[in-house]
Amino acid sequence: MRSNRMGWALLAPTLAILAVVGFLPFLYVLYVGLFDWNPFSNQLGMQWAAVNNYRRLVFDGAFLDSLWRTGLFAFVSVSIELSLGFLLAQTLVKNFPGRTVFRTLYVLPLVMAPIAVGATWRLLTIPGFGPIPYFLDKWFGIDYRLGTFADQAFLTVVLMDVWHWTPFVTLTLLAGLTAMPKEPLEQAQVDGANRWQVFRYLTIPMMMPVLLTVIFIRLMDALRVVDEVFMLTSGGPGTATQFIGIHIYRVVVPKTDYGYGSAMSLLVLYFTIVLCWLLFIALAQVGKQRE
Amino acid sequence: MKSSVMRNALGWVGLYGLWTTMIVVTIIPIYWMIVVSARSRVELFDAPTLLIKSFYAPNYLKPLTDPIFQRYLVNSLVIATSNALLVTALALLATYALSRWRLPGADNIFFWTITQRMAPPAAFVLPIFLIYTRVFKIGDWTLFDTQLGLILLYCVFNLPFAVWLMKGIMDGIPVELDEAAFVDGAGRWTVLARVVVPLVAPGLAITFILSWIFAWNEYLFAANLTSVNARTITTGLAAFVSVTGTNWGEMAAVATLAILPALIFLVFVQRYIVTGLTFGAVKE
Repeated sequence: MRSNRMGWALLAPTLAILAVVGFLPFLYVLYVGLFDWNPFSNQLGMQWAAVNNYRRLVFDGAFLDSLWRTGLFAFVSVSIELSLGFLLAQTLVKNFPGRTVFRTLYVLPLVMAPIAVGATWRLLTIPGFGPIPYFLDKWFGIDYRLGTFADQAFLTVVLMDVWHWTPFVTLTLLAGLTAMPKEPLEQAQVDGANRWQVFRYLTIPMMMPVLLTVIFIRLMDALRVVDEVFMLTSGGPGTATQFIGIHIYRVVVPKTDYGYGSAMSLLVLYFTIVLCWLLFIALAQVGKQRE
Repeated sequence: MKSSVMRNALGWVGLYGLWTTMIVVTIIPIYWMIVVSARSRVELFDAPTLLIKSFYAPNYLKPLTDPIFQRYLVNSLVIATSNALLVTALALLATYALSRWRLPGADNIFFWTITQRMAPPAAFVLPIFLIYTRVFKIGDWTLFDTQLGLILLYCVFNLPFAVWLMKGIMDGIPVELDEAAFVDGAGRWTVLARVVVPLVAPGLAITFILSWIFAWNEYLFAANLTSVNARTITTGLAAFVSVTGTNWGEMAAVATLAILPALIFLVFVQRYIVTGLTFGAVKE
């Protein structure tokens, strides 16, 4: 009755734009990754390098170090966000006076530009007038200097991420908790299960799809973080907060090592896809068990 | 009996204690930024207090009257608005197609585009830069440093999410409505404009607002794909850090201006922000 031609015609503009600004760059990265190419080095143009760029990566200490830091950052901040978010989401399931006000104020950081989040935290931590160094010194005698101590910088970046993204985790888990059927929980309580048992054997399994979705999205974003960290610490002190996004940026933009940077990008993209793929499989498994 | 009342009371104290703490921790960084934006350079280096005693207007007036900053602001407005309009229109057409025709392979394309979002954005700065400066070139004109360049680029981030958001809404509109209109002699476009659009209008509004916020907030590409003409407010904000002798009050004022529109929009989309941020995987 209807021809597919009209359908494709309606899709065409969308596909055209995605092809040009989405697919073309991807192919280009793939291509450039096979060359030695640094426009500001003394050799001219692109030199065929086959898989040399990829071979270099395996022995590149700075790259591996940055990868490890990024993983640590993603693991620590996403764990905190999940635990805190789950706790907060559970308190929001039942209505109580003031709930809407709390919720509205609480999600404000969610729509802030990452670069503005970085600016906000920079203002909090500037030595001289930022309240964090001032009160840490006054109350606890802690010498807080973001630009000097690597551990403090790392912790501050984690805190900033927790501040920025826990509202997202909370709201999403709350959506999941609200959609959950109530009968099994009530039945279990009638049968004499205690709170912990209900949580462990009913809430967690039923929430698994939503939990995995949240982990998936948060991990993906934590692994590619750039803007706010760049604004707060610029990757320093030293390389303490030079996560992979910033590392690639440094190789590609200031150092103009195009070929090597492209190979690095592809490898990181590959890692992320594998990680997300594993999560998807886990998600599908959980879905099957439910049926 | 008595102990259960006690426990209940403790529960309330705990609940309100927890939420008051959370709100204070959430608000203080934003509040502090506004405090800094209201102070002069001299006042800033007094001991930190959270009180706003006076309002130092030049922090806001200086950037707002500066033609360069005005251009950043206009660019951000033009780019975010055009991108959101484009994304919403394309998503409307695309989801209408996806929901009314069976198009083999079309879903895979959108799944593929989400992998773009997984990669570190820094990885795509270079290829986009090269494509914009070398491939899209007509005489001296290139896509580099143009509003159009960023408008098109932000489609990569916004279109997949917009399509997934709109798809769910579009699928909820019964095909029978289309068919009834066909029987009455209406054409495809009439059906789309008169039957479908009014029904999906709230969804279109949400798509528009969320796309607008994402486009307004973007920094990395805006910083690397523009030089003079098409710079946006986020790049203007970041520039404060690299400039020596940073004027913190002014930076705080610019940051406040940069988050203001998104905070206002948040009021309208609060209920849908989860759907938007999870690509429609979790609905609220």
